[in-house]
Amino acid sequence: MTEIKSHPVDGLLRTDRMPHIWCPGCGVGTSVNCFTRAIEKLEMDLDKLHVVSGIGCTGRVAGYINVDSFHTTHGRALAFATGLSLSRPDSKVVVYSGDGDIAAIGGNHLIHAARRNVDMTVICVNNYTYGMTGGQVTPTTPDKALASTTPFGNFEHTFNIPNLVAASGGTYVARWTVFHVRQLTRAMVSALKHPGFSFIEVLSPCPTLYMRRNKLGAAVNLMEYFKESAVIENGADTRTVALNEGKTVLGEFVNVRLPTLRESYEERMKEALGEKFVPYEGSK
Amino acid sequence: MANNNESTPGDKRKGTVVINEDRCKGCTYCVRYCPTGALEMSVRLNHKGYTLPELAHPEKCNGCDMCGMYCPDFAIYGRRLNSREE
Ligand code: SF4
Ligand code: SF4
Ligand code: SF4
Repeated sequence: MTEIKSHPVDGLLRTDRMPHIWCPGCGVGTSVNCFTRAIEKLEMDLDKLHVVSGIGCTGRVAGYINVDSFHTTHGRALAFATGLSLSRPDSKVVVYSGDGDIAAIGGNHLIHAARRNVDMTVICVNNYTYGMTGGQVTPTTPDKALASTTPFGNFEHTFNIPNLVAASGGTYVARWTVFHVRQLTRAMVSALKHPGFSFIEVLSPCPTLYMRRNKLGAAVNLMEYFKESAVIENGADTRTVALNEGKTVLGEFVNVRLPTLRESYEERMKEALGEKFVPYEGSK
Repeated sequence: MANNNESTPGDKRKGTVVINEDRCKGCTYCVRYCPTGALEMSVRLNHKGYTLPELAHPEKCNGCDMCGMYCPDFAIYGRRLNSREE
């Protein structure tokens, strides 16, 4: 009997760092599982794929994917990734980080990267809290939910992230959950193929710091909630997809092809400088 | 690793799973989201004290790898056996 030791996606992981740090049932791991399957499906050249993360539980992803990756400062993953995307035009740049990192601390980078249609894919795992730093409130923490910084319940208005990104100019915007593994993997494939700013919000359980504080039970309870409350509306107007109790609108909301930042830049420079303009081929 | 990987002549099984017990954190996703109900949580623990799943009904497993898709810890995967091409 032959023992088959390695997991089929082990080649894409830094297996020397496994088991990873994520808690039992943390959805970040399942999202990464889908991500590795998407990379496999696309048969991507791993030398031309870069994963950039900020800080946080999801921010650890860059350290677990076995490609040249970049673990940056809190909220700044998109800024680093913009530089990388422009200086390596032949590479695919993926930002993989959490709601706190991308929508709160890095919110300004998010709206401008979307506005400029920078050629990158952003995977934003939204687990409604800052996990690693201790369960603080984020712009996506639901109404009245407890966080370490809202001991009497959250009273802030929340971000509808797909709407924020679509309104800012993102050209591919989708939302799935880690319950929807097949759809999420397919969306990752589409996002990775998309030229320009592609964004996927991935709803995911944080059993340790969000669910326990809110007495929501085990991670599977939120998975079941995702299953029961899911309403798939591809092409939905993102103004209507805010997360409400009992209804989780999912799907591919935006998919349009517009000039990327690099394409717009080259077009403008060719117009302005004519023959004198030499397009940047990237650092070697 | 819990293994029962290779099919032998006369083996009717359609698929099986490989479990890397050292990586498992006992979240139960694989058990709950296996479409055929082939897995169950066992009473065995790994070296970190997490309760392990097991292939309780090997005849039900079709190797579809849904368990492998859901596992947050890259600890389990399904593979097909006795596929029609063979
Ligand atoms: S604290 Fe929450 S987000 Fe962080 S690893 Fe644990 S479950 Fe996941
Ligand atoms: S491979 Fe499919 S049928 Fe077999 S245990 Fe896994 S999920 Fe169940
Ligand atoms: S899904 Fe993975 S970590 Fe969870 S119980 Fe199954 S094998 Fe263990």
